[in-house]
Amino acid sequence: MYVPAAIGGLFVILPLVAMLLATDWADFWSLITSESSRAALLLSLRTAAASTVVCIVLGVPMALVLARSHFPGLAVLRSLVLLPLVLPPVVGGLALLYAFGRRGLLGKHLEAFGIHIAFSTTAVVIAQSFVALPFLVVSLEGALRTAGERYEAVAATLGANPTTVLRRVTLPLVLPGLISGAVLSFARALGEFGATLTFAGSLQGVTRTLPLEIYLQRETDPDAAVALSLLLIVVAVLIVVGVRGRSWGSAL
Amino acid sequence: MKRLQVAARSAVRDVDVEIDVAPGEVLAVLGPNGAGKSTVLAMAAGLLRPDGGRVVLGDTVLSDAATGTFVPPHKRGIALLAQQAMLFPHLTVAANVGFGPRSRGRGRAASRSIADEWLRAVGVEHLAKRRPSQLSGGQAQRVAIARALAGEPDILLLDEPMAALDASGAPELRRLLREVMSVQRRTALLVTHDLLDALALADTAIVVEAGRIVERGDVRSVLTTPRSAFGARIAGVNLVTGRVDSPDSLQTDWGATIYGIVADGFRGAGVALFSPDAVAIHLEPPRASPRNVLPVTVLALDVHGHAVRVTGAVPNGPQMAADVTTRAVADLDLVVGQQVCFVVKAQEVRIHPAHT
Repeated sequence: MYVPAAIGGLFVILPLVAMLLATDWADFWSLITSESSRAALLLSLRTAAASTVVCIVLGVPMALVLARSHFPGLAVLRSLVLLPLVLPPVVGGLALLYAFGRRGLLGKHLEAFGIHIAFSTTAVVIAQSFVALPFLVVSLEGALRTAGERYEAVAATLGANPTTVLRRVTLPLVLPGLISGAVLSFARALGEFGATLTFAGSLQGVTRTLPLEIYLQRETDPDAAVALSLLLIVVAVLIVVGVRGRSWGSAL
Repeated sequence: MKRLQVAARSAVRDVDVEIDVAPGEVLAVLGPNGAGKSTVLAMAAGLLRPDGGRVVLGDTVLSDAATGTFVPPHKRGIALLAQQAMLFPHLTVAANVGFGPRSRGRGRAASRSIADEWLRAVGVEHLAKRRPSQLSGGQAQRVAIARALAGEPDILLLDEPMAALDASGAPELRRLLREVMSVQRRTALLVTHDLLDALALADTAIVVEAGRIVERGDVRSVLTTPRSAFGARIAGVNLVTGRVDSPDSLQTDWGATIYGIVADGFRGAGVALFSPDAVAIHLEPPRASPRNVLPVTVLALDVHGHAVRVTGAVPNGPQMAADVTTRAVADLDLVVGQQVCFVVKAQEVRIHPAHT
């Protein structure tokens, strides 16, 4: 059992080590602080933060409905919500284009008001939110199911109206789940590539996020691509450690 | 204090009951697991919407299936105390107890002082700043009692509040509940399968089996002369009421002294319990004391297989039962109307606090 497990571990770690070895440490700092890199990093952080907010605003009510209501078709609805999780991101991006693009279902009406979404920073945020939303919903719905409805019933019998129950009981109880869901969404948004490229394009400073920058640099300046990848790995490791550390902490 | 009337049914859970609890009365809901006891409570609390019938508290209709009226739980003026304390884990003990007053519109400071008052009443004011995870089961249940009562509910719903506690915790908490409920009489429903809970806290009792009420009446009559299968299983005991003023005996209203084991040295209204198995029948009073010797008149002889239940009545006192063998009945030549002595060892008698 240990042998396959060790092979599995190596399978995950080896590529990262290989990348560390390939890094051009002498020029590392200048590579990751070049103008295009800085622009991409800042854009990535800003858009990922914005889509995390979007995920929370939309995902919390969705998780509450999925976890707390009972109506026919709920199971189908839950599967649909999870669709972006299994959909190839390029397909997601294409679907978004047909919804919000210039000739899209919603886009053509927005166009009439002079709102252009496709190939803008807004499009990046929409693409990232689209793929990251299921992470928050799944994580929070799980937390809500674990917490159960009994505390809420007790709160109601103590005279708390539904708003008070939500604010003072439900949300505080599932806060760890909400935080880990938000962190996972942020991480997913940060790494988004396919849907962003399809729906938002690759304009420096506007829609070219870090993963897109890495992909482009790979053609012209492989050293810069490796340096930027390392930066993303560091961010990812920090996030994973942060989330796991938190859940261990609350389990103790 | 308000009157509570529930005449409601739930099709899903196959429960159809009708109860009427007078203002200040405590009604024990007895029955086996899955009989629908908690469903009755849930319908009174508004946690379950009845499919038919009405729930009325005082002059207010809480739910009426015919008109579609349904008052949600938070507007009902109830409090629910369950088997688990269910304290909110993210709030301190004081904030838990203050939750009811806060939710019912009291200010922060007022709620805090109400919480302190109730924490003192249940004897855990020193735990005010703790988190629920830092409490023992008994402490948590005390806090839960304080939290339930701090909201000044019109109706108190108790769902097996002692069931999760160990043997030493249960009597202590039962005594506390008796105290807090006798200071301010409150209309209450008490779901339990423990006859000691019913004896200590309730005035009247119903027995629920398979979603229907199969028996109702005064707690003592339900417990001493059960007519339902469940009643007979948990009860069917001999039960003698009186006062406890000494560490080893109970003084009855009809002038007798019953010796037994007094539960953790309480004083006051009590009840002596002993099984009909523990009763021996003698024609003459035996010499060996300190046995309990009760002169009775035989009222009935009922044969159950190899055992005979002998029902006797104490002059000016209650009826009690003795289970003896057919052989013993033949040897003693027992007949209805005969004067005999029921003899019980003090070791076989348990004396518990009772609700007055």
